[in-house]
Amino acid sequence: MQRFYTIILLLAFILTSFAAYAENEGEKKNKEGDFDPLEMIMHHISDSHNWHIVSFKNKEGKDVDIAIPLPVILIHDGSVHIFMSSDFHHGEAVVQKGDQYFKLYHDKVYLTDASGKINLNSEGVPENAKPFDLSITRNVASMWMSVLIMLALFIPAARKYRGKPSMPTGMQSLMEPIILFVRDDIVIEQIGEKKADRFMPYIMTIFFFIWINNLIGMVPIFPGGSNVSGNIAFTGILAVFTFLLTNVFGTKSYWKDIFATPGVPIPVRAILIPIEFVSIFTKPFALMVRLFANITAGHIVLLSLTSLIFVLKTIYISPVSIGMSLFMDMLELLVGLLQAYIFALLSALFIGMAVNDEEEH
Amino acid sequence: MYTAVGLGLIVIGAGLGIGLVGKGAMEAMGRQPEVLSKIQTAMIIAAALVEGVALFAIVLAWLVS
Repeated sequence: MQRFYTIILLLAFILTSFAAYAENEGEKKNKEGDFDPLEMIMHHISDSHNWHIVSFKNKEGKDVDIAIPLPVILIHDGSVHIFMSSDFHHGEAVVQKGDQYFKLYHDKVYLTDASGKINLNSEGVPENAKPFDLSITRNVASMWMSVLIMLALFIPAARKYRGKPSMPTGMQSLMEPIILFVRDDIVIEQIGEKKADRFMPYIMTIFFFIWINNLIGMVPIFPGGSNVSGNIAFTGILAVFTFLLTNVFGTKSYWKDIFATPGVPIPVRAILIPIEFVSIFTKPFALMVRLFANITAGHIVLLSLTSLIFVLKTIYISPVSIGMSLFMDMLELLVGLLQAYIFALLSALFIGMAVNDEEEH
Repeated sequence: MYTAVGLGLIVIGAGLGIGLVGKGAMEAMGRQPEVLSKIQTAMIIAAALVEGVALFAIVLAWLVS
């Protein structure tokens, strides 16, 4: 148990000791330092190649950004380029690897020429080619952190179940009620006693993974602040897992309900079959969009409330802003748990509908 | 502009739907407190399905605009 905390502490040290100090020589890109809430919000809710900690103006009036650089892994023309994101100097420098040049534009990597020119088309979208980007981005690093938290929570708890049964102690007494809640009120309730054990690990993993990622997203300062569960790729992959489990373990009667609905006349089937078929895909799609939209909306509301101070340029609005932020924070703590519960519950429901032969009427 | 009107209509519909789900669940819980947890689960599933339709409409509104 002690070992895991040591490892986490060590990792935290290693990561923070890499913190790079970069001073922006030039003036800000925004004219006259105008605060643009939309750009700030979009920057905070999207993924990024470094882990931003703080920005401030130092005594000489220069802008200082402190951020942890993360490894950039690019694949282009069959060659792999690995370097730290600090080489980009917050998007101002062009990185040369071999005879190829890379530049950041709005946190995405593009191929450029030596001068680092980004060609924009009439809609303001870059026309430059993109390399295949496998970087360890902020979201990936944050996800690894939540994996470590999960290991630190569950391995000590799981060890206690080896050997003689005894009174729950330590981590076990924290985790046991939640685990039992997931087992009894989600998995057994929806999938049934007989097949519950097979799907229990999956449902419990997604429940805790989503919940912990939601909570990490609510931490405004450094080790949190990323928007993992508000990233559509993350929720999409989780939804794909549920989709695969539902359809791979689907029984004969599950497919029969879709393609040959019993007790329905043939002409009605012509309407029902397309609807049922589309619903195979819309169920996981709704799972994906629900989690993404709920978490992203929460982040946007919180950031907008903070932006209020800077948009109105007065300190007197800050009590309103802070009070509302506190209220929204509390609400988001609830939403974080609720969305994890809903994702796990609906996954269990869909799996339960697919794997159980006879419906209990 | 039409997107904004559409989003407003979506929110009205979803709000009404989830409100009715909550109303029904609360009435049922008041009548039969002994099956409270079952009603709660069913309520959350129904509310999530209503919300799912609303989210579809929002995504479509994004795509159309």
